[in-house]
Amino acid sequence: MPVLVYTENAGGKFKKSIFEVVSYARAVADEAKTTLTAISIGDVKADELSLLGKYGADKVLQVTNSNLKNFVNQAYASVIAEAAKSEGADLVILSNSFSGRGLAPRVGVKLNAGVADGAISLPDFSGGKFTIKNTAFSGKAFATVELTSAKKVIALTPNSYHVIEKPAEAKVEDFTPEVKESDFKAMLKEIVQSTQKISLPDAEIVVSGGRGLKGPENWGMLEELADALGGALACSKPVSDAGWRPHSEHVGQTGIAVSPNLYIAIGISGAIQHLAGVSRSRVIVVINKDPEAPFFKVADYGIVGDAFEVVPKLIKAVKAYKTTV
Amino acid sequence: MKILVCISNVPDTTTKITFTNNNTQFNTNGVQFILNPYDEIALARAIELTDGGAGEVTVINVGEANTEPAIRKALAIGAANAVRINAPAHDAWFVANQLAAYVKEHPFDVILTGRESIDYNGSKVAGMLGELLNLPSVSIIKKLDINGNEGTVEREIEGGKEILTIPMPFVAGTAEGVAEPKIPNMRGIMSARTKPLAVVQPVEIKTFTEVIGYETPAPRGQVKLINTNETEKLVELLHTEAKVI
Repeated sequence: MPVLVYTENAGGKFKKSIFEVVSYARAVADEAKTTLTAISIGDVKADELSLLGKYGADKVLQVTNSNLKNFVNQAYASVIAEAAKSEGADLVILSNSFSGRGLAPRVGVKLNAGVADGAISLPDFSGGKFTIKNTAFSGKAFATVELTSAKKVIALTPNSYHVIEKPAEAKVEDFTPEVKESDFKAMLKEIVQSTQKISLPDAEIVVSGGRGLKGPENWGMLEELADALGGALACSKPVSDAGWRPHSEHVGQTGIAVSPNLYIAIGISGAIQHLAGVSRSRVIVVINKDPEAPFFKVADYGIVGDAFEVVPKLIKAVKAYKTTV
Repeated sequence: MKILVCISNVPDTTTKITFTNNNTQFNTNGVQFILNPYDEIALARAIELTDGGAGEVTVINVGEANTEPAIRKALAIGAANAVRINAPAHDAWFVANQLAAYVKEHPFDVILTGRESIDYNGSKVAGMLGELLNLPSVSIIKKLDINGNEGTVEREIEGGKEILTIPMPFVAGTAEGVAEPKIPNMRGIMSARTKPLAVVQPVEIKTFTEVIGYETPAPRGQVKLINTNETEKLVELLHTEAKVI
């Protein structure tokens, strides 16, 4: 029985997190000695769909019903569950993106399946049990969970699995689900794009600022550093609470958890709630004038110094480096 | 308008998380439990929306008697009454089924949950509840307004937001931005003691998940300190040693 992976698109394109989830699903399918079917909903061009094959999809189900162009979790969940049934898939994998978090529980209920949310490892089903590691306590810990249901849904945390090229045929087939009128109660009115060039959950490099920056007017240098590195901006809770930056940039236990390759914390002391949100970053750089700041204890690299002195120098150094590569 | 706010009892955000019994159980020793911060946001918005007699807010929790301080706090903040379904919150599936069983008997116009609980962070209850009740749901909203029989919500997406309308009854998971948490005043605290708190028995549900072990993140090595005048060296290390740029 194949594994089914839902490949969400943004404006007809797949993001890196989707290639991660396809690569992950391919690895699961290989382990289970089965095939991988991807399902794409909405307007995605043939060239883009063929990319799913590059990462291991054997078959792609394409859903182009005109009423499914915009994401409605109730309707999309019905489509994914119907595809799982028609493919005979016992395992559905999707990204734990904002939309994925709305979908996974609904798909789980439809299939009577246990849901592993925020998965950060491949499942282990070697010993007859199906276990998987998820984040817990807002990044302060990980929980290994056994799914005991016959059918299962996995929502994979972005940036927790590598994109791996593994070319497969990716035969594209039309899939025309029966969608019910009653699945379309919620209606999309408008999509507002943020002014940030790179969205925080997708970013591989994050430049984050805290109260040490003294005021919103001093964010220009952080933006310049983020731009030079090709990264996204983030902030600590006091900063978003004070209205210096939007809530969507708040990283921490009650904001969002990020897992970039590089997290640069500037003027953030490192309260336990903030550290929870960054514990899965690969490399952490801390710039703080207080040598006793708790953040240094979990940092890989640190500069003890005034942000207003260090950051401009760092921008210069990054720009100089960028001209050499 | 009747609003139901689903609340959880979670370890305080400052808690250092440790485990016992060979890392199979969360160590609650000395841990302060609080009303889940995202649920406080849901509650605050529910109270705003029903202000001045425009409706009534009920809070509901799946938990044993030890969750009552969090429930009383919700009553002190301004909920009119409370329900506790008397069972440990085994997992999201269990909780969503208990809530669904209650709502089937006691319908509400708007059902709010926090976007996730800060202990297991599943963000699943809103979606599961929506599906179990065959209601529309939206997870992780930053704004909630009600116009007539319809909600208007802003939903977070990667790189922006979506604005949606959603007809009542609906389920929504609230995040920061929806409202500022409210601090209970003395009158609220006094009146909370006498507000109705119904305890109902759970329905039988077969669960699908079992936690078999926990671990905490691996500690990082000693921090490498770099002089303020050597930012080039930091860039060099990030390139050659850490290989992240």
